[in-house]
Amino acid sequence: MADKSQVCSVWVGSETGILKGVSLSKKQAFNFCEMSCLSRDQEVCVLGWGDEHETEVLVGSVNGTVKTFSTEKGIFTETRQCGESTQGRFTGIAVTDSALITCVETGLLRVWKEGSTDTVEINAGTNVCRMRQNPSQRNQVATGGKENGLKVWDLERPETPIFTSKNVRNDWLDLRVPEWVRDMSFIPDSDKIVTCTGHHQVRVYDPASPQRRPVLEAHFGEYPLTALSLPANQDSVVVGNTHGELAILDLRKGLVRGCLKGLAGGVRGLQCHPSLPLVATCGLDRFLRVHSLEDRSLQHKVHTNTLSFSYTLSTPEAITGDVEEVKEEGGEVDEVWDTMEMINDQAKKRATDEEEAVVTGVEKTTKKRKVVK
Amino acid sequence: MKNVAAMERSRLCVSEIKNKQRRHLMFMKLKQEKRKVAMKKKKKKERDALGDKAPPKEVPKTIENQRVYDETTVNPEDEEVAFDEGTDEFSAYFNRLTNPKVLITTSDRPRGRTVRFCNQLATVIPDAHVYYRRGLALKKVIPQCIARGFTYLMVINEDRKVPNGMVLCHLPDGPTAHFKVSSVRLRKEMKRRGKDPTEHSPEVILNNFTTRLGHSMGRLFAALFPHDPQFVGRQVATFHNQRDFIFFRFHRYIFKNEQRVGIQELGPRFTLKLRSLQKGTFDSKFGEYEWVLKRHENDVCRRRFNL
Repeated sequence: MADKSQVCSVWVGSETGILKGVSLSKKQAFNFCEMSCLSRDQEVCVLGWGDEHETEVLVGSVNGTVKTFSTEKGIFTETRQCGESTQGRFTGIAVTDSALITCVETGLLRVWKEGSTDTVEINAGTNVCRMRQNPSQRNQVATGGKENGLKVWDLERPETPIFTSKNVRNDWLDLRVPEWVRDMSFIPDSDKIVTCTGHHQVRVYDPASPQRRPVLEAHFGEYPLTALSLPANQDSVVVGNTHGELAILDLRKGLVRGCLKGLAGGVRGLQCHPSLPLVATCGLDRFLRVHSLEDRSLQHKVHTNTLSFSYTLSTPEAITGDVEEVKEEGGEVDEVWDTMEMINDQAKKRATDEEEAVVTGVEKTTKKRKVVK
Repeated sequence: MKNVAAMERSRLCVSEIKNKQRRHLMFMKLKQEKRKVAMKKKKKKERDALGDKAPPKEVPKTIENQRVYDETTVNPEDEEVAFDEGTDEFSAYFNRLTNPKVLITTSDRPRGRTVRFCNQLATVIPDAHVYYRRGLALKKVIPQCIARGFTYLMVINEDRKVPNGMVLCHLPDGPTAHFKVSSVRLRKEMKRRGKDPTEHSPEVILNNFTTRLGHSMGRLFAALFPHDPQFVGRQVATFHNQRDFIFFRFHRYIFKNEQRVGIQELGPRFTLKLRSLQKGTFDSKFGEYEWVLKRHENDVCRRRFNL
């Protein structure tokens, strides 16, 4: 079990409660689940990293339990009851220093501290669809939902949000534009937040600016956008909708830069790799796909047997780990390849040491043989 | 012998045709026939000469033979799939907890052919009720159907006086499938058909639904008919999947002896092609789609099918 979990680079949660680890090099999905524990009320709603080093995965289920899965050991280490199923499904899970933050559909955002049973509670309105944590300032979270605009909360001041968004102006018929925030993301290196809505809009909000209305609005498609992710380079966002259409949108002008093909079912989870131009998607068509963002081609496709109802998470680039694995694989290939590989590895190492952008030529040759992490 | 006689006849004809172009064409055809016969003879001779050492006869390649292996093909022993199917929306039917009750309706203002088609479908599916649409919104019809205990809603869409689409919605909160309907033949147009179907529940035959999506489809169709292993009445409804097209046929059979069966086709026949499968009841705007037919992506490989 442990060796299987260490090989997995992407984690997917399913409708039946099974946590699946997918190894892209072997093109296979491994099931990790507690014995005889399969049931529909264990359906995984949210997945999150338990710690900075990405060794623990937090799995939130419909019945209110949050399980911790250790990727090194390959087993579920802990289970906590964080609310009941009557309070609604989990819509977000996050971890700060020692506390677990959970948010449910009815709007109850709770911070569970280690060791003590009392929780800090925030009421984020009704019908919350998603809660996300700011990766740079860990005590800020954003929530949004159906007829519930984007709100950014600081967990140290739980009474009022630090930013409440305002709906756009009435449309050309002077009717109120309905709001339905499905997913949001904090843009790194700035205060801005980008959201995608169920009315096929992508909006960017800037809490630093005096206007509470969106700074940028873009439209894509005719179907509700269900998932959003920011790739490593700035100024673009990848969105997916219920029809399986994935698009890369440019955030400078709000235009569609390109579409990613291949998905046949609604997109449920979308995650871009932190440094490589890759995006992993899981959805209702029971496949995990990894696309490259540069040429919009499909790199990997793995069949996961059940409907993937929640997020994919990628393991980090642990580049030294990468290099070692590549060397092992190289052993099976010709000598010529071996020598080539060595040079490439060194180049990569140097690049990361100096924190420069990796040369794309090197990337492309090593990408095919590397374990995508 | 037959061939030789035909050739002689045509040879005479060829030389008598006055039109040069036509004569040329007939002559080329004649030559081709001759060549074919000669090739066949030669091959047979070679085969006979080799005797037992002859290589086995080659199986002709068809699109079905050459079908690209689909990774989603269900393995019968797969536990995960078995668990999934044991607890999905159709489990109530497959556990004998509910009996199907179908509501058949059409798009607004249907013309004669569609109306007759709906009536014939209602005779084929037991416990089916046909209602006139009256321009009502499906989203409002669905809660009322659920309240009255219906398990299926079938809407036949009509275009230019001919049925061309079907929305099949499993009611309590089940998946909604949208099909394209083609080649509808009503009872009057069937040749050598038997008498009208009786009230007995037909058996259901589901052929060739191998992939995961195919399995879901198979369950969708099976749940239309009552689950009764004691077959009364010798009627059978067949849903045969080939190249992603689902052919529906309705027959009456009779066993003449242990080996031989006689069948008579009754009832309507039509072809379905799945366009989309949506989770939840009918909601085309905000619903989530489990599978959508994207024609341009399917056109890339002629040998890849989804069902």
